[in-house]
Amino acid sequence: MKVYSKHVVLVLLIGAFILSFTFVPAAYGLSDAYKNNIYNPGILKSKNSVLKVKIGKPAPDFTLKAVSGEMISLKQYRGKKNVVISFVPAAWTPVCSDQWPGYNIAQDIFDEYDAILLGITVDNIPTLFSWTNQMGNLWFPVLSDFWPHGKVAESYGVLRSDGVSERALFVIDKKGIIRYIDVHDINKRPPLEDIVKELEKLK
Amino acid sequence: MKKIVVGWFVIIMTVLMIVCIASAGSPPVVGGTLPDIKLPIPKDSADKNYLGLGFFGFGSFKIPEIKAKLVIVEIFSMYCPYCQREAPNLNQLYAKIEQNPALKGNIKIIGIGAGNTSFEVGTFKKKYNVSFPLFADENYVIHKIVGEVRTPYFIGVKINSDGSHQVIHSKLGNLEGVDQFLEMIVKLSGL
Repeated sequence: MKVYSKHVVLVLLIGAFILSFTFVPAAYGLSDAYKNNIYNPGILKSKNSVLKVKIGKPAPDFTLKAVSGEMISLKQYRGKKNVVISFVPAAWTPVCSDQWPGYNIAQDIFDEYDAILLGITVDNIPTLFSWTNQMGNLWFPVLSDFWPHGKVAESYGVLRSDGVSERALFVIDKKGIIRYIDVHDINKRPPLEDIVKELEKLK
Repeated sequence: MKKIVVGWFVIIMTVLMIVCIASAGSPPVVGGTLPDIKLPIPKDSADKNYLGLGFFGFGSFKIPEIKAKLVIVEIFSMYCPYCQREAPNLNQLYAKIEQNPALKGNIKIIGIGAGNTSFEVGTFKKKYNVSFPLFADENYVIHKIVGEVRTPYFIGVKINSDGSHQVIHSKLGNLEGVDQFLEMIVKLSGL
């Protein structure tokens, strides 16, 4: 009986130790702009898809509807602008909500490198409308890859098995060639300087 | 022998558990002291002078070592829309302090960018023309210590002449008016 209770104590302590890691909230530094409206999915598998595109190859073209109602095609920037595509997994989630607002104050940097930013998620337009309204006036188009669900994300190989996209960055030059791919750990925000370094190379 | 091994195992596990829980931190409490926050001494001489960290300063410093009677700490993020909207107000607050001979030198402001790299903090500083020092907290180390608060979060720290300090303000959200905030924080600090 004495041995049994000792084992119980041990198991409880080990359990508590593991739980203490589990319940320490992830450090997102989330903005108060979203109040308590952010759904926290917890820590996810860092990557869950297989890329279908390669650096040095043409980027698959697409046409998607923007929150503004405009239809945006990748090819419309051909010969005119470098393009940075930022896929984020889902609206109203912690890391995603604090990614594009940062890009929103970096327009000067994108302009300097003659680049446009396209933000894409698999959410529908009404959801994207409500969500991006919290970010202030975004200078770049936000596109909905909702229907056929995640078709563009799938064509790039960044659609996860649960229907959301990866947190991924693609830099495409004016010739439509992919020059940089970062399928980032979905739980972390890529540093801004990663994009800047890649844009510098296109100059 | 087995008993000793199990005993030690239990002790180690317990200590690790306590350390892990404690490391998560909680927001600073008014009336209490600041948790142990270390910041790098700025390389920028204007920032270094503003903080009064001395000409030869290098390495790290703690907030109560800043030469001031009151330090306003903003936990912000370059990626936070509210912090972006609040930036002009913070600049106004800084200007009002610097233009008032009774407050200049006595109240200092610093910002800590939760989860921001130095480049990102620099981008924020440049975009909003921020005159007070901003620090990067790339790996959320400080953010964890202060209880993983949402941003912006403001902490007022009164520094006493004997070197001791006291948290006099600790609040989430915007300033709710520059003049009102300044009046409130001056009153609380007894300046």
